[in-house]
Order: sequence, then structure tokens, then C-alpha cells
Amino acid sequence: MSQVRGLVTTTVLGFTRVLSRALISERVARQPGLLQSLDPRVRLVGVLSLVLAVTLSRKLATVIALFFVALLMAIASRVSLAALATRVWLIALGFTGVIALPALFLTPGDAAAVSGGGTLVITKQGIAAASLLVARVETAVTLTTVLILCTPWTHVLKALRAFRLPQEAIMMLAMTHRYIFLLIETAGQMFESRQSRSIGELPGYEQRRITARMAGVLLSKSISLSNEVFLAMQSRGFRGEVQLLAEFHMRAWDYLGLLAFLSTGALAVWVGR
Amino acid sequence: MHIPDGYLSPSTCGTLYAAALAGWYGALKSSKRVLLSRIIPLISVFAAFSFVVMMFNLPLPGGTTGHALGVTIAAIVLGPSGAVLALSIALAIQALFFGDGGISTLGANCFNMAVLGSLVAYFSYRTIAAGSAFSSRRRVVAAGIAGYLAVNVAALAAAVEFGLQPMLFHDANGTPLYAPYPLHIAIPAMMTGHLAVAGVAEAVIAAGLVAYLQVADPGLLNNMAGTGRNITSAVAGSSRSLERLWITVALLMLLTPLGILAAGKAWGEWSPAVFADDSARAQVTSASQGQALPPAPPQGLRRLSTLWTAPFPDYAPRFVKSSPFGYLLSATFGVGVVLLLSQLVQLWVRRRRETP
Repeated sequence: MSQVRGLVTTTVLGFTRVLSRALISERVARQPGLLQSLDPRVRLVGVLSLVLAVTLSRKLATVIALFFVALLMAIASRVSLAALATRVWLIALGFTGVIALPALFLTPGDAAAVSGGGTLVITKQGIAAASLLVARVETAVTLTTVLILCTPWTHVLKALRAFRLPQEAIMMLAMTHRYIFLLIETAGQMFESRQSRSIGELPGYEQRRITARMAGVLLSKSISLSNEVFLAMQSRGFRGEVQLLAEFHMRAWDYLGLLAFLSTGALAVWVGR
Repeated sequence: MHIPDGYLSPSTCGTLYAAALAGWYGALKSSKRVLLSRIIPLISVFAAFSFVVMMFNLPLPGGTTGHALGVTIAAIVLGPSGAVLALSIALAIQALFFGDGGISTLGANCFNMAVLGSLVAYFSYRTIAAGSAFSSRRRVVAAGIAGYLAVNVAALAAAVEFGLQPMLFHDANGTPLYAPYPLHIAIPAMMTGHLAVAGVAEAVIAAGLVAYLQVADPGLLNNMAGTGRNITSAVAGSSRSLERLWITVALLMLLTPLGILAAGKAWGEWSPAVFADDSARAQVTSASQGQALPPAPPQGLRRLSTLWTAPFPDYAPRFVKSSPFGYLLSATFGVGVVLLLSQLVQLWVRRRRETP
């Protein structure tokens, strides 16, 4: 396979991955489960308070305990642990591990192990710093992924209103989310049609020209799409005032959930201080 | 460059959320001056475009591949306000929907890439392309340089944020609690990849897009970029000079403590106390080409100098111990009084006009 085909395939695969993640998220969000049973505002506030507790905790044991809380939450919300392991934990471990590994040697402190004839010294402080960083990232990523998987995007948007986010910002988030999938489909079709017409290997500058031109065509299509959307909004009587349906109602179960989230977060911050 | 949760301390995250909030507030306020129904779909679609462009694999010289941010073309076409909003929305969706970049670090990511990136891209493009024709090759080069600078400034900001963590946040044993590398490691480690790959990717995409637009859709460059009359500032153009004036006033206020560096008294601004102080008298004599002051203050000066006691004598209120802070406080107070008076005059003029 030529290089241009390889690059096109990689890009198209990236598009497909995004679409499949969105579909999986929609499917998981519709299943019955612990997080799904809670008011989206409680889910958002609760998970954010746990993420805050993860970043505030200074002890490794507390962060690991919060990781197990996230794990239990994922199981109770019927999120596949295998999917979490391959799509979240391994990727986060690979990314953060590469960053954290040199900290074992570069962090000044008391020697824990010496290798390479005394040239490489692993410090106790280095081990602690690297472990804390990896544990923090893994726990925070698990918490946010479980939230994202268990909450439909429309509910996230409505819940954001609870934080008094301007209505215009909510509307832009909603519209952007919708057009991302449309533009991904358009870009995917452009790349596939290019792939079907490519023979042999193109020089690097030609590949860059093709990619930039495709981005240019996508930009032109985006601008004309925004004009069409503007006209459609005008024809429906939009005059700059955004109206959102707010139909969430807090029940006793939601208050209980909120209390559980906040008390867990507060306990973790207190123990891990 | 998308900083995940756990790399930055909560106080750093909070500070950068506040900084990003200032950028969002300014951008939203500026955009609201334009027809809202026009700007919402444009920014939304542009945010979606930036999101998709970030996924393009771009072949780079040397056999590697990179991803662009899309911040430069957004800044060129939409202007800085529109670009700040579009990029922030794309980054928020990446964090909230796709888990790319942290939620606690969303403010930091938006500040680095959306706010700083957009401003650097916009102003460097405008500076380099100033005065050139819309079909000029200089605009292509300007877009490339602007893209390269925008990505690298954003990366440098992220590196500084990383590098400050071990200095500010560590336990009693010296164990770093967040990102573990100090500035002298974080900056080269972060910048190498961005100077060599990510910056080049953004430069190639930005330059390629401007070259494409010059041929395929010059109206976008002609109407919006390079002239300052971009989509978000087209209506709000008249307020630009006022904004510049505000920035100048703020800078001048910050510079007021420079007055402390000046030695001696201003010539002709002597108080009765100067007449009794030998060293002050010597300074005045030297500044007056050998002409000495009279032995006692003139009668009129002595009488009138007690007529009014200033609340902030010598630009330093009595309760303030620090001279620079006293100068700043005095400058703020002075500007505030002027503003208040001008508002009162405006109100009075408006009421007179409205009265039949």
C-alpha cells in the first residue's frame, strides 16, 4: 500500500473510531444502571467533585481508593471493563507512563535503587511522583469516561445550564456536536474518493498539498453550511433568543446520590490531605 | 498539548480557568455585538471544522506525520473573538464528549490553545500580511508563520504550567505532587516536538488553506481577514479604538510607580517644608543655576499651602506603606473619578436631549 493510501486509511480509521465511540456512548447511556438512574446534574456535579478530589489528594492510597470507587461505579453502570481497559487504561498508561518514567531518575531525592554502574539512580521521591501521576491520570480518566459513556450529550448540555453557562454557549456546543458528525462523514467521503483515485506513491509535498486542499474544500463546505443553517434559523423565526427545555426534576434518589458523591469526595480530600 | 486531569494542581487549574473565563467573556461580549443568529451557526460550524481538521494526518518532511489545531485559519477568517469561541467549543467537546484533555484542565487547555493561540495567530498574521494584496504570496507565508508561532506559544505556555508544578507543589520529602519536571526539563521536552512537528503541521495547514482560499474562495479573505473588518468585528469596528484607549490607560496606570525612580523634587513644586530643609534647598539651588531660595517661604505660599489638604499627599495615602502600591492606588482612584465625572456629564447631556 502506498504512503498516501496509508495516511488516508489512518485518517479514515480515525474518523470511524470517533463515530463508533459516539455510538457506543449512546448505547451505554440508554442501558439501565447506577449512573443512568441519577439526574444528569447530579452525575455531572458528582463526577466533577470526585475528579476534584483526585487532584486535591496528596496520598497515593487515597487516589487508588478513588480508582476503585470509579471501578465500582463503572460496574454498577454496566460499562464494559474490557472496553475501559483497552480504550482508556492502556492508552492513558502508555501516554502518562512515557512521561512519568524519566521522573524515576530525574527527581532528586533519596536513592532507592542504583543501576548502570552507579550512573542511573532511582529515587524514592521519583517512584512516589511517578506512581502518583499515573494513578491520578488513570482515576480521573476513568471517572470522566464513565460519566461520558453513561450520559447522553443532550443531557450533558442541559446539566451545564445548572452551572449558569450562557445559553449561547450551550447552543453552540449543541450545534457543534451535531455538525462534527456531518463534517466527519463529508471528510471521510472526500478521503475515500481520493484513495480510490490514487495509484502509486506521491511525493511528500504533493501529499501535503492534497491534504491542505481537502481541508480547504471542507472549510468552504463548512462556511456554506453555516449560511444555510443561518437562513434556516431565520426562516423559523430565530431572533437571537435561545430557549432550552428544562425538564429535570430532582427526586429523593438523586439527593441521596449527590450526598454520596459529595461525601466521598470530601472524605477523600480529608484523608488524602 | 491537551493536558489531561492530574497534571496540574487545583490552584493552577483554577487560575487558568479564571484566565480563560476572561477570554471567553471578552469574546462572547464582542460576538454579541454582531447579529447573534448569524454568529452562532458560523462559530458552531467552524468549531466542528477545527475538530475534524485536528484529525487529519498530515505528512511532514522527514517522514513523520502531525496534526494541526485549526486555530490559525479560525483566527484569520473569524477574527480573534470568533476563534477563541470556536476553539474553546471544540476543546470542550473533546473533553466532555470524547475524554480528550481533562475536565479540571479544560480552562488551561482553552487558555493555551484557544485564547493565546488565537491571539498570537491573528496578530502575527495581520502584522506580516499588513498592506499586501489578498492574492499576495506574502499572505500564504504570513499564515504559515502565524500557525507556527501560535502552536509554539501555546506549547510554551503548557510547558511553563508543567514546569511550575514541582516548584510550587511538593510534599515534605520533596516529592512532586503533580507534573514532576521543573522548567529546565519541561520546556525543552515539550518544545522539541512542537518546534519540529506540531508547529510545522499547523503552518502547512494554515498556509495551504490560505493559498486554497486565494484561488477558490477569496471572498473569505477579502471580507474578513487582514483588514480588521472580520466577521465579529465588522459591526463592532468602532469600538476597537476605544478598546485600544482602555489598554493604553491600563498600561499607563501600571507604569505610574516609575515616578518613584525620579530623584529630588519637581522644579517649582516646592512646599514650605523645602525652605527649612538644607539638603532640599541645596537641590533646588543646583537645579536653579545657582539661584538660592529665600531663607523663609513667601507669605502667600505659606498661607495658601494650608488651604487644602490632599487625601493622597504625594500619591501615597497615609494608610499605604508601599510607595509603588500607593502610586497604583492613586492612579486607579484618579481614573475612577474621571470616569465617574464623565458618566455624570453623559447622563446629564442625555437627559437634556430627551427633555422635550
